[in-house]
Amino acid sequence: MIAGRSAVRRGLAEAGVYGAIALYVGFALFPIYWTLKISVTPGELLYREGITAWPSSTTLANYGRVLSETDFPHYFLNSVTVSVGTAVIVTLIASAAGYALSRFRFQGKATVGFLLLLTQTFPLVMVIPPIYRVMGQIGLTDSLIGLIIIYTAFNIAFATFLMRSFFDGVPRELEDAAMIDGCTRFTALRRIVLPLTLPGMGATLGFVFTAAWSELLFALMLINQESKKTFAVGLLTFIGKFAVDWGQMMAASVLALIPVCIFFAFLQRYLVTGLTAGAVRG
Amino acid sequence: MVAISSLTSDVRSPPRRRLGDLLEPWFYLSPALVMIALVLVVPVIIGIGYSLRKFSAFRSEFVGLEQYQTMLSDPELRLALWNTVLWTAGSVFFQFFLGLGLALLLNRPFFGRRVVQALVFLPWAVPTFLSGLTWAWLFNPVVGPVPHWLHAVGLMSEPRNILSDPATAMWGPIIANVWFGIPFFAITLLAALKSIPGELYEAAAIDGASAWQGFTKVTLPFLASTIAITVMLRTIWIATLADLIYVMTAGGPAGSTETVATYIYVTAFKSLDKGYASAVASLLLVLLVLYAAGLLYMRRRATPEAEA
Repeated sequence: MIAGRSAVRRGLAEAGVYGAIALYVGFALFPIYWTLKISVTPGELLYREGITAWPSSTTLANYGRVLSETDFPHYFLNSVTVSVGTAVIVTLIASAAGYALSRFRFQGKATVGFLLLLTQTFPLVMVIPPIYRVMGQIGLTDSLIGLIIIYTAFNIAFATFLMRSFFDGVPRELEDAAMIDGCTRFTALRRIVLPLTLPGMGATLGFVFTAAWSELLFALMLINQESKKTFAVGLLTFIGKFAVDWGQMMAASVLALIPVCIFFAFLQRYLVTGLTAGAVRG
Repeated sequence: MVAISSLTSDVRSPPRRRLGDLLEPWFYLSPALVMIALVLVVPVIIGIGYSLRKFSAFRSEFVGLEQYQTMLSDPELRLALWNTVLWTAGSVFFQFFLGLGLALLLNRPFFGRRVVQALVFLPWAVPTFLSGLTWAWLFNPVVGPVPHWLHAVGLMSEPRNILSDPATAMWGPIIANVWFGIPFFAITLLAALKSIPGELYEAAAIDGASAWQGFTKVTLPFLASTIAITVMLRTIWIATLADLIYVMTAGGPAGSTETVATYIYVTAFKSLDKGYASAVASLLLVLLVLYAAGLLYMRRRATPEAEA
């Protein structure tokens, strides 16, 4: 009798868990699904079937037009250049800084940590006008390199926290043992610590890549030349120009989503395992 | 002979090695610090300098604290400050609790967990401005289903866009932001949950603790540090986030979604009043630093033995 009731209860709890999981998945995927749906809906069906779950016929014409008649392929390449460049540079710089914060005891360490945290409070909208002015003076407006420099600086602090946590997750004893066996600290780093933090570096790379891919305001301010626009700026100007062409707009959005989603789906696991190992701390 | 030479080298090397040891961490830190100093700290100082100058078309003049005085009697700024509190508190509250719930669900084994995890974390990869646009479309009665759902359940007399009604407009960006931000909390909290030693729960169960007691006595204390740091970072990021609101409502209708961040952006680049925008930005910076310092102070008092 009691066992029966607790079994029912457990069954209910189980159903509740799966129900909650289903709700989360639905909430996460619905907007993406909807963008995809509108992007394959033929223009003439849009107003009649705009809000049905799936259109009665589908088309890839919107994608064809976005790829052949607009500059999006070009924007896409610019965004890839900027995001990959930023991600690689930040990961290298943050790995070095994270290693220093994880493995050394030195005077001023707490101050460095505090400074990194403090930079997180700088409002982006505050530094745009000064940076715009300085970048203009040294000729880095309308330049992808200018964007890479700015995005790098903005992502270093958080990436350093991440990398520090990944390094903290590698047992110090492994390094000590290698150093007792005659390795220098640098050899121990290269042979032992770095291979173990590779997943962490991958996660940082993915994190920074998505952040750089997403940035809009700096790109909007610093880039005017059509050939230097990133995907975000291109999409926004496109919306300004063709505010009613829903199909093409959503097709372009889906194209913008594909690389980051693939990238992130692979790397999110390392983000969790890496952070687990080091147990996030401030 | 051998003994002596090894002795002298022993005597000679420690000071040099010590200097090297002192410099080594700074060597690794220097690229990060140089980048941050040049591209973040210097512009912020220039920005504070701007806040003391009045800019007109071709020149600027020093006006001291005049623009700070203007802020005191700026009704638009007052509304923007209030909206920033609503926007930040609303977003962080829902992101945190929904993120914590998701992390707790993902911390238990179930069929297909790896796939589920990859799917529910996907919104974090979506560019912020694109989450804003996507949700703006979902709220649009022409191509989006949300107004029709609200109409169907009787919350709306006819399918209208919640973004065009000042009374409800703020919910639009908040929902978009919650959608986008749940994975951040879920990822960091899940990582923290996984680092809790399982023996603690076993010990608690042996002592006769209920599941709820296990949660409040084992899980929460373990998560406290992660919660403090992630809530702080998210609060700051959200309070300064401008692009999501900008692409959804541009601060409208009637200023009902104007936050301090969008107000600065519009003042600097649409009204081209760089000086006043910088003054407002300095105010925001001070508020955020105070907030962060307050949280860090409370955290240090709560855990006196923890080193920062």
